[in-house]
Amino acid sequence: MSIALALTASVLFASGTYLLLQRTLTRVILGVALLGHGTVLLLQVSGGRAGDAPIVGPDTVGSSVVDPLPHALALTAIVISFGITAFLLALAYRSWALTHDDQVQDDIEDRIVARRVELDLERSEAAAAREAEDLTEFGPDDHRTPIDDEDRP
Amino acid sequence: MTGLVLLHALVAVLAPAVGARFGKRVFALTVIPSLATLVWLAVHLGDVLDGGAVTETYQWVPGLDLALSFRLDAFGALMVLLVSGIGALVVAYSAWYFPHRPDLGRFAMLLCGFSGAMLGLVLSDNILLIFVFWELTSITSYLLIGFDDTRESARKAALQAILITGAGGLAMLAGLVLIGQQSSGGTWSLDEIVHNAPSEGAVMSWAVVLVLAGAFTKSAQVPFHMWLPGAMAAPTPVSAYLHSATMVKAGVYLIARLAPAFADVGLWRELTAGVGVATMIWGAYRALRQHDLKLVLAFGTISQLGFLVALFGWGDSKLLFAGTAMLLAHAFFKAALFMIVGVIDHQAHSRDLRRLSGLGRRLPATAIIATLAAASMAGVPPLLGFMSKEAGFLGFADSLHSGADLVLAGLVVGSILTTAYTARFLWGAFAVKPGAEDPIGAEVDRPLPPLIIPAGLLAVASLVGGLYAPLADELVRPAAAALHEPAGEYHLHLWPGFTLPLLLSAVALMGGLALFALRRPVAALQRKVAVDNGADDAFFALYNATLRAAARITRIVQPGSLSFYLSAVLITFAVVPAIVMMGDWEVPDGAVWAESPFQAVIGVIVTVGAVGATLTRRRFAAVLTLGTVGYGVAMLFVVQGAPDLALTQFLIETVVLVLFLMVLRRLPERFAPRRTSSLRAAHALVALGVGAFVFAMALASLAARTERPLGHEMSEVAYAEGGGRNAVNVILADIRAFDTMGEIVVIAVAAIGTAALVRAGRARRDDEAVPDEIRAGVGVDDGGDGR
Repeated sequence: MSIALALTASVLFASGTYLLLQRTLTRVILGVALLGHGTVLLLQVSGGRAGDAPIVGPDTVGSSVVDPLPHALALTAIVISFGITAFLLALAYRSWALTHDDQVQDDIEDRIVARRVELDLERSEAAAAREAEDLTEFGPDDHRTPIDDEDRP
Repeated sequence: MTGLVLLHALVAVLAPAVGARFGKRVFALTVIPSLATLVWLAVHLGDVLDGGAVTETYQWVPGLDLALSFRLDAFGALMVLLVSGIGALVVAYSAWYFPHRPDLGRFAMLLCGFSGAMLGLVLSDNILLIFVFWELTSITSYLLIGFDDTRESARKAALQAILITGAGGLAMLAGLVLIGQQSSGGTWSLDEIVHNAPSEGAVMSWAVVLVLAGAFTKSAQVPFHMWLPGAMAAPTPVSAYLHSATMVKAGVYLIARLAPAFADVGLWRELTAGVGVATMIWGAYRALRQHDLKLVLAFGTISQLGFLVALFGWGDSKLLFAGTAMLLAHAFFKAALFMIVGVIDHQAHSRDLRRLSGLGRRLPATAIIATLAAASMAGVPPLLGFMSKEAGFLGFADSLHSGADLVLAGLVVGSILTTAYTARFLWGAFAVKPGAEDPIGAEVDRPLPPLIIPAGLLAVASLVGGLYAPLADELVRPAAAALHEPAGEYHLHLWPGFTLPLLLSAVALMGGLALFALRRPVAALQRKVAVDNGADDAFFALYNATLRAAARITRIVQPGSLSFYLSAVLITFAVVPAIVMMGDWEVPDGAVWAESPFQAVIGVIVTVGAVGATLTRRRFAAVLTLGTVGYGVAMLFVVQGAPDLALTQFLIETVVLVLFLMVLRRLPERFAPRRTSSLRAAHALVALGVGAFVFAMALASLAARTERPLGHEMSEVAYAEGGGRNAVNVILADIRAFDTMGEIVVIAVAAIGTAALVRAGRARRDDEAVPDEIRAGVGVDDGGDGR
C-alpha cells in the first residue's frame, strides 16, 4: 500500500471538513465535493496496491491484476457524489434566487426553545393563580378564555 | 375475569362515539360492565366467602413471567364490590351531575377504562400483572384529573399526580421484581409468594422499602400526599370514585396483601406505622384549615388512608381484620360525602364553606345523608365507621409488638382531629352562618332525587352495616381471613361493652367536638405555625428547577448553529473510534511511501489544490482549485491501474466545473467576510482531527486484513462466468447489478430535483398573474423576460 495515497486522502478529508464547517453555502458544497474525492481515494487505498488494470481473459493469472472491487465501489461513489453536488448546487442557486443570501443562517427556533421555558413557567403560574379562586365546577366560564399565545419572543 | 376486564375495555372504546351521538345516555352503556361484574360476583360470592377462590390463567409474555393470571378470594371480592358497586353508583350519579357538554363520551370512556384497570388490579395474582394494571389506573387517573383540559390548574395537578405516582410505580416495580426473583421456586404468583415468603436478607429489606414507596405514593402518604388535593381539580364524580373509594386504596390494597408475609422484614412495620400515623395526623390537621369543602374531604381522605396504612401494615391478623372493616366503611362514607359535595356545588354553584349558609334547611334530605355519612367518618355509634375504629383500637391495644402503644396514641390524636374536621365539614356545608360575607343559600333549589340517591344508598349502607353488625361481619371476617388467617374471636360489635377502645372512641369524639367548638383560637394558632403548602411548593420548586436546568443545557447544546452541530458529529466520528483503535494500531505489511514517483507528485498537486480551496476568498479561484483536485484524482486513478475510474472522473469533473461556473456566475465574486480567528482555529482543529483519524484508520484497516480480498475472486469469475474481460464492468453490470440500478435511481432523482429547483425560478417569472412587487420581493432576476 502507498502512504502517499493515504496522506492525500486524509488531506482531502481535512480540507473538506474545514469547508463543510463554513457559513458560505458555496464553500460547504466545495467541502462536500472534496470529501467525495477523499472517499474515492480511500477506497483505492483499501485496494492494497497499484498494478495492471483488471482486464482479464482466459489466460490471465488472477494475482497479476489489481483488486477490481474498490474500482467498482469508487465508480458508484463518483457518480453519486456528482449527483449530490449537482443537487446542492441547484439548492444554492434557488436559495440565492429567493433571498440573495449565500450564508447558512443560524436556526433561531432552536435557540428560542430554551428561552421559552421561563415564559411558559410564568404563564402557567399566572393562569393557575387566576383559577385558584373559583371553588366550583359550575361557575361562569371566565377561566376558559384562551390564553394569548403572543407574548413569546 | 379476563372477559370482564376486556368488557370494560370494549365498552370504554365504544363510549366516545356513543357519547357524541346520544349525550348523557352514554352512561347507560358504561354502567353495563360494572353491573355485569356485580352479577358475576354474586354468583361466586358464596364459594369465596367460605374460603374458596376462583382462578383463571392465560399466558401473556412467558419470557417475562408475565401471565394473565387472576384470582378471586374473599378480600378480592370485597374490593370488587367497592370497585364495581361504587363504580355503578358513580356512573349513575354522573348522568345527573353533569350539565350537557360535548365531551361526556370521553369522560365515560375514561371512567369505564379506570373501572376495568382497577378491577384487573384487585383480581391479579401475578405481581407483574399487578404493576401493569397499577400503571393503567395511574394513567386513567391522570387523564381524569386533567379532564377540564382548558384549565391550567387541572393540567398542572394531573401532571403532578402522574409524576408522583409514576415514580412510585417504578420503585414498586423494582421491588416486585426483587421479591419475585428471591421467591422460592421463582414464582410470580402473589398468593404463593405470600404463603411462602422469600428468605430474609438485605435484598428483601430493600425490596420492601421499594414496594412501600410505590404504595405510599399511590395512597398519598406523607410526604407524597400533595398530589391528592391537587387531584380535586377532577370533576367531583371522579373524586368520589378514584380519589377516595378506589384508586388511592390501591396502595393500601398492596400493603394489605403483602403485610402478612413481610411485616417483619426490614423496615416494613416501622415505615407503615410511622408514615401511616404521621399521615393520619397531618392530613386531619390540614383538613381543619381548608375553605373548599372538597379540599376538607381530600385532606380527610389523606388522613384516613394513613389510618388504613397503619392498620394493615402491622400485619397482625386482628389489625388486618380491623383494616378490612375500615376499608369498607371508608369507601362507603367518603364516596357518599364527595357526592354530597357535588350535589351542593351543583345546586349552589359554590363549595366555599365561608359563603354557604343555611343549606341545611333548604336541602334537608341532602343534609340527613351527609350527616349519616359524616357520623360514620367520625366514628359515631351505631355506624360502620365506629365499629371499624373500635376494632382498630382494640387490635393495637392487644398487640404484643413493641411500639403498639405509641401507634395507638397517635391514632387517638388522629381520631380527635378527624372528629373536628368532620364537624367543620357539616357546619361548613349546612349551618347558618350569621356573619358570612356574600352568603349563598337562600335561593338554592332542591336537587333532583336521582342526584342524591347514590349517596343515600351508601349512607344507608354505613348505617345498616352498623346496626346489623353480623351482616358486615359476614363479609369482613372472610375477607380478612383470606389475607392471612382467621382473626380469632374478633367480630364487629355494635356494643363492645365498657372497654378501653370505647373509652378511646369517646375521647376522640369529645376531643374533636371540643376542638371544633374552639375553632377560632385553633385557627389562630394554626395560622401562627403555618407550613401550609410545604410539600406542594417543594414539588413544584423541584419541577421548575428541573425544567430550568434542562433549558440551560439546551441553551448550550442547541445554539442553532449548523457548524456547531456538525462539529459535534465530526468530533465524535474522529474521537470515539480512535480511542478503540489506539490499543493495537500498526502499520500494515508492505507499506511504501509511494508506489511510483508519479503517485507522489500528483499527490502533492492534489494536496496543494485542496489546501488552496480552503484558503482562497474568491469564488472562481475556489472552483479552479476544485478542478485541480478533481483532475489530479483522475491522474491518480491512471497511476493506480484504474482506467474506468480515470475516464469517469475526467468526464464528471468537467461537468461539475461547468455546473459550478453556471451557478457562481450569479453569485458575488468574493465570499462573505471571515469569521473570528478563534472560530477558524476551532474549525481547523476539528478538520485536522478528522484528517488524522482518516489517515490512521486507512492504515489500521489494511493492517487488520486477514483474508484474501474478495475482489480477486471476482476477477477470476469475471470472464469465466460473467463473460466480460473488464472485471470492473462485470462487477457493476452483473455481480452488483442491483446496486448499480439503485445508483441510477439516485441519479435520476437528483436530476429531477435539480431540474425542478432550477426551473422553479423561471416559472415564477413566466406567470403573468404574479404582481410586480411580489416578484421584486422574491428577488428573481428579471433580466431575461424583456421587462
